[in-house]
Amino acid sequence: MNDSKILGYQPGNSFIHALNATTKMIFLILVSIACMVTYDTRFLIAICILSLILLKIAGIKWKQVSFIVKFIIVFAIINIIAVFIFQPTYGETLYHSRTVLINAGYFTLTAQELFYLFNVSLKYICSIPLVLLFLLTTNPSQFAASLNKIGVSYKVSYAVSLALRYIPNIQESYWSISAAQQARGNELSKKASLGKRIHGTLNIVTPLIFSSLDRIDTISTAMQLRRFGSKKKRTWYVAESFSLADYLVTSLAFILVLVVILLFKVNSGRFYNPFV
Amino acid sequence: MNNQKGLSVKSVVAIGIGAAIYVILARFTSIPTGIPNTNIEIVYPFLALLATIYGPVVGFSVGFIGHALSDFLMYGQTWWSWVLATAILGLIIGLYGMRLDLENGVFTTKQMIGFNIVQVIANVVSWLIIAPVGDILIYSEPQNKVFLQGATATITNSISILILGTILLKAYAATKVKKGSLRKD
Repeated sequence: MNDSKILGYQPGNSFIHALNATTKMIFLILVSIACMVTYDTRFLIAICILSLILLKIAGIKWKQVSFIVKFIIVFAIINIIAVFIFQPTYGETLYHSRTVLINAGYFTLTAQELFYLFNVSLKYICSIPLVLLFLLTTNPSQFAASLNKIGVSYKVSYAVSLALRYIPNIQESYWSISAAQQARGNELSKKASLGKRIHGTLNIVTPLIFSSLDRIDTISTAMQLRRFGSKKKRTWYVAESFSLADYLVTSLAFILVLVVILLFKVNSGRFYNPFV
Repeated sequence: MNNQKGLSVKSVVAIGIGAAIYVILARFTSIPTGIPNTNIEIVYPFLALLATIYGPVVGFSVGFIGHALSDFLMYGQTWWSWVLATAILGLIIGLYGMRLDLENGVFTTKQMIGFNIVQVIANVVSWLIIAPVGDILIYSEPQNKVFLQGATATITNSISILILGTILLKAYAATKVKKGSLRKD
């Protein structure tokens, strides 16, 4: 029951662990925006392969990420089926041609639709390894420092690092309140009726929320006593300077964005169209 | 106390802790209703409570950071259109929350009705406009699919805020001491 099933930082000493958090963040943001914008199949496949290689380099084990990968696969399949059911002709409109594969009335499957669905799944998949990589190899405090470095205000950065720092604590209180409520006969399993489950969940959530609201008061008083927020800038204990590798990785990210812009010109639009 | 420029210390902490609670609630407390892909989410009533207590900036940021983090930590990716929708939900409810006085234990029936009208409007704006339009623009998904998803989200989230959100707000107001409730003997 206490399996956390939430991703978190795993210390290590690979090339990727050693990279500056800012570098990893810039790379992640630029490449995921690139993947979000483009529908060019070749680019998406290239990114998929690249990110899988990076996962290998970072020495991330299958069991660290297996639960999340299974989750994502199920989710992607459901979503793709939904996209197909709602508009089986969408691919034709996008690619301006029609090659029927299976003739079945409303659900006629065309090569174009299949290609569109393939692209959608690629888009789901290709940025995930990068995010996993970032989450597993970046220390939360360095993450905050790097947010600040790319221009996010330090107060917001600090809020993000507070969130990451307190997730395990709040998770722990959630499970202890839940255990206490179950000991008092609070049924939360699938056997209980919907009304009972809502009531039971509320019995856990209310004390959790109210005790955490008290925590907000305590922490903010402590931070105020230490003069948090009295200056316009702050320094970070964990901030690191850029090395050669950092410059190289950052420029690679910019090059990938340039490639996407070029592909826009080549394809004259977001979609790579092999049919026309 | 709040003579500093920008975010106050309390808002910074509220955003941080709020986002952490958001992640935990999103991960562990969605209750399936029996209809596929339709869950009763306790995070939205929680977001409504936090936004009414700490205002629109905190509401927006907790929605944004909380939703983005919980998506990243659970799915390894995020749907920015839905993240933005959650943030706007927090923002709108937070704007209305500035008119309430929960800190002093006041939450009248009239305010309760006002709160629920605002939250339904906020839900419609978020899930029926921002999220589907974003899905079409960013991910170019079929229109009827995203609008159906949006409509289900609007209905379930409005109902969960209507019931659970109102209960949470009332309970919070009840923990606060009313202004002027102390009398000299």
